[in-house]
Amino acid sequence: MSVLAHIFEAAGIATVVLSSVREVAQKVSPPRALHCEFPLGRPLGIPNDIEFQTDVLVRAFALLNEQSGPVLVDHPVVIEADEQPVSCAIPPRFDASLPPCVDEARGLRKAHQRAFERRGVTSVGRVITPDEVPNALAILHAIANGQDWTTAEIPGGNVISVCHDIRTYYEEAALELINGPAPGGRAMENWFFETTEAGATVLGARRAMRDAGAMFPLWFYMAPANRDSA
Amino acid sequence: MNGDQMMRARAATLPAPQFDNPAWVTPVALGDAKVAIVTSAALYVVGDNSFTAGDTGYRLIDRDRRDLILGHWSPNFDQMGIKMDLNVVYPIDRLEELAAQGVIGSVAPRHVSFAGNQPDDVSTIRLDTGPSAAAQLRQDGVDVVILTPV
Repeated sequence: MSVLAHIFEAAGIATVVLSSVREVAQKVSPPRALHCEFPLGRPLGIPNDIEFQTDVLVRAFALLNEQSGPVLVDHPVVIEADEQPVSCAIPPRFDASLPPCVDEARGLRKAHQRAFERRGVTSVGRVITPDEVPNALAILHAIANGQDWTTAEIPGGNVISVCHDIRTYYEEAALELINGPAPGGRAMENWFFETTEAGATVLGARRAMRDAGAMFPLWFYMAPANRDSA
Repeated sequence: MNGDQMMRARAATLPAPQFDNPAWVTPVALGDAKVAIVTSAALYVVGDNSFTAGDTGYRLIDRDRRDLILGHWSPNFDQMGIKMDLNVVYPIDRLEELAAQGVIGSVAPRHVSFAGNQPDDVSTIRLDTGPSAAAQLRQDGVDVVILTPV
């Protein structure tokens, strides 16, 4: 973002960056930056909080009054990521003949459909559709339990995209199953990786691929960098 | 170290492109300014081309579109905030409100989305796609850009 600020400014457009990493803003020195120590992925701070978001924008636009730069100002509020998994019901076992992750994903299908109908859009679909999530999990389950990943029929041949679609399916479905205020940053990620069978399956497949000698980027980006790969 | 702390620590160590003699634009008064959003969230409208891994291009988003797909390849940031409220990354409704209140002059007809996970040298975005996106906004008469990262 700080790099783009220089490019747009050179083209004659005044810029303000909402900085998310202070050291980067210091080093790249965009003309004007408001550093926002908020959860990554939430540069305006708080979902569904019009007053807070407007405050961020007003503070950012105020930097346009500066006569020279670079200008780097901190937003006075710090918002930490929420490390507690969001409280969200997980479907009970229905078909004991299936791997738990497959059974679980099937149980979330209607919730995901409700999410799609309410929002009118889904970010599932990079390589698989919502209907294909259970089968994709069956493939990762097999890899986690010893199948050679190089011969597994990974949809689209891209395991990173498969993991993206699976996690997105779960997180979008969960939006229909939780109540109350919006969960904090990382709370939904923690729910997926720490409490669901699918999250455990993704991490298991990731470990198996790493141990089988898969290239670093391929297995590493199946899950966030801080997730255990022991 | 939690996920956000880890990613911030990593980002702090990445190579930082240098800009000699950086430009400085003195904008028109905010109340007269046409404002656009430029985000690195890899958002794109339904029906547009998705972002590939390492995509150095950009997508344009018409002002009235809210059916946006999150096309970012990194698993290392919260992706649910934007699913709950687009404005937490792409504050288009906030800009509309500020325009209606006369705080800003107007909202640009088109906005820009890049993918944040760029090659370290950022040469393509610096020499090619970045200036191209800026030219598109200049055509629309944009005076001010607010840049939102993920």
